[in-house]
Amino acid sequence: MNIIITISITAFIVLYAGLFKANRALLPLTVVGLLTALGFTFCAWNGNAVHFGMMQTDNFALAFSGVCIVGTLLIFLLTQNYFAAKSSNIAEYYTLILFALAGMIMMVSYKNMAMLFVGLEIMSVSLYILAGIRKQDFASNEASLKYFLMGAFSTGFLLFGITLIYGATGSFDLDKIQAYLVDNSKSISPIFYPGVILMMIGLCFKVGAAPFHFWTPDVYEGSPSLITTFMSTVVKTAGFAAFLRLFASSFAPLHDFWVVPLTVIVCLTLFIGNVTALFQKNFKRMLAYSSISHAGYLLFSLIVLSKNSENNVLVYAAAYTFASIIAFAVLILVKQKTGSDSFESFNGLGKKNPLVALSLTVAMLSLAGIPLTAGFIGKYLMFLNVMGEYKTLLVAFAILNALVGFYYYFKVIVAVWFKDGAETELSTPGQYKVVLLVSVAITLILGIYPAIILNLI
Amino acid sequence: MENLTTQMAGVPLNHYIYLCAIIFTIGVIGVLTRRNAIVIFMSVELMLNAVNLLLTAFSVHSNDPSGQVFVFFIMALAAAEVAVGLAIIVMVYRNTKSIDINVLNRLKW
Repeated sequence: MNIIITISITAFIVLYAGLFKANRALLPLTVVGLLTALGFTFCAWNGNAVHFGMMQTDNFALAFSGVCIVGTLLIFLLTQNYFAAKSSNIAEYYTLILFALAGMIMMVSYKNMAMLFVGLEIMSVSLYILAGIRKQDFASNEASLKYFLMGAFSTGFLLFGITLIYGATGSFDLDKIQAYLVDNSKSISPIFYPGVILMMIGLCFKVGAAPFHFWTPDVYEGSPSLITTFMSTVVKTAGFAAFLRLFASSFAPLHDFWVVPLTVIVCLTLFIGNVTALFQKNFKRMLAYSSISHAGYLLFSLIVLSKNSENNVLVYAAAYTFASIIAFAVLILVKQKTGSDSFESFNGLGKKNPLVALSLTVAMLSLAGIPLTAGFIGKYLMFLNVMGEYKTLLVAFAILNALVGFYYYFKVIVAVWFKDGAETELSTPGQYKVVLLVSVAITLILGIYPAIILNLI
Repeated sequence: MENLTTQMAGVPLNHYIYLCAIIFTIGVIGVLTRRNAIVIFMSVELMLNAVNLLLTAFSVHSNDPSGQVFVFFIMALAAAEVAVGLAIIVMVYRNTKSIDINVLNRLKW
């Protein structure tokens, strides 16, 4: 509860600071606010408090809140010179990102479906504005309108699902829904099943899983790069936490029913994400498709529900978030220098910018899932979990897709180190160096010594 | 109010479910087939209103007020969405002089 209040108050203070033209104070204020929220997250650890029957800050919620807050903090550090070059009202950017973060904290800690809906909408409405915040840029406009129409459409599905489940169980409370399923396991109301499917569709739209992914590449490409970073890392993590909270706990008694459509969605997502990413010429669009394929791996944990599922998703989401932040940070630097985000503009990056190139290499290795990086641990845990029930074909399919992924991630590494290019020297501001170093450190520490996060939840 | 709830409860619940499913489907078909951003938007609202009606019906039939409270949440957030959505549509219109979503084809693979 304190976490949401802190973040919301910070958002308002930042908005007023912008009103009084205190542009230099914006970043320090935001960082202090977020660090305070992070402090509250640590204080509430193991508390398992329930707030008014609406939110439950158990360790699951707190761990995901922590990942979201740290991710947002790193993204805020990337704002140096980024927004100021494009617009004079930078306070609004900060405020909207903070409001979106407040929505996400609600999404990861809801105990009542009403909070899921409210949190999701707070996050989405802020993101619609952020996607289209470059009013004169047509790509940004298009991204915003597409995101808005798809987002509103998917909210409709989600709500209809919630309504049908309410009709069947008479409650929005997650525990009561689970109790209903356990008590009436032989006589579950027939409207419950379409409810589950509709909610699954609504949430798959939000996390960008195939076949509901078609908006993702366009929106990610058209939005400003920093907002894309936010959408594809922190927002995605929160979406998965919300998905998991619902399906791994409340709907767990119906696992046999919803695992079938989920398996189809996972296979489609992995296949479409990886294969389409192969053909991309544009680095940003490649990252968008790679984020679709990672959505597939994240959903993979729900195919076999075990006590480790939640922790596996946390590890994978953390690995993916920090690796992607590095990739996008480098993309922003390259784009500022060369004005293009195609693969060619990365050629010969390693000769003049060893730090940036090395960080990008670590990020790509982690996204591909090479040992000694966090991405490997994430993938290993996912596959191990599913192998626990001997679903060999499924694991083989996923590993095959991971191998396809190697190709396009290594294409970047090859371009950076082995191809001859313009050999431009990037101007790397201090804050970017901090973000790169912190993210690389987290990626390597989680990869070499995963025990610190393995039994967190 | 008491009279209204008894009247609402007089209609069998199945009829509400069918009616709302039909309205919802009309909304979905509208979103999928129409090309005008505002009409798509209206279809989305139709979907949300189908949900509102069904929530109210369930709420009355199970004598549980929380469903009706949820309707207020949906109305409030739908209003916020309308405000942002119309602003986005106006922004697109200013740049392209059109609200046909077929103009949204510059981002392609």
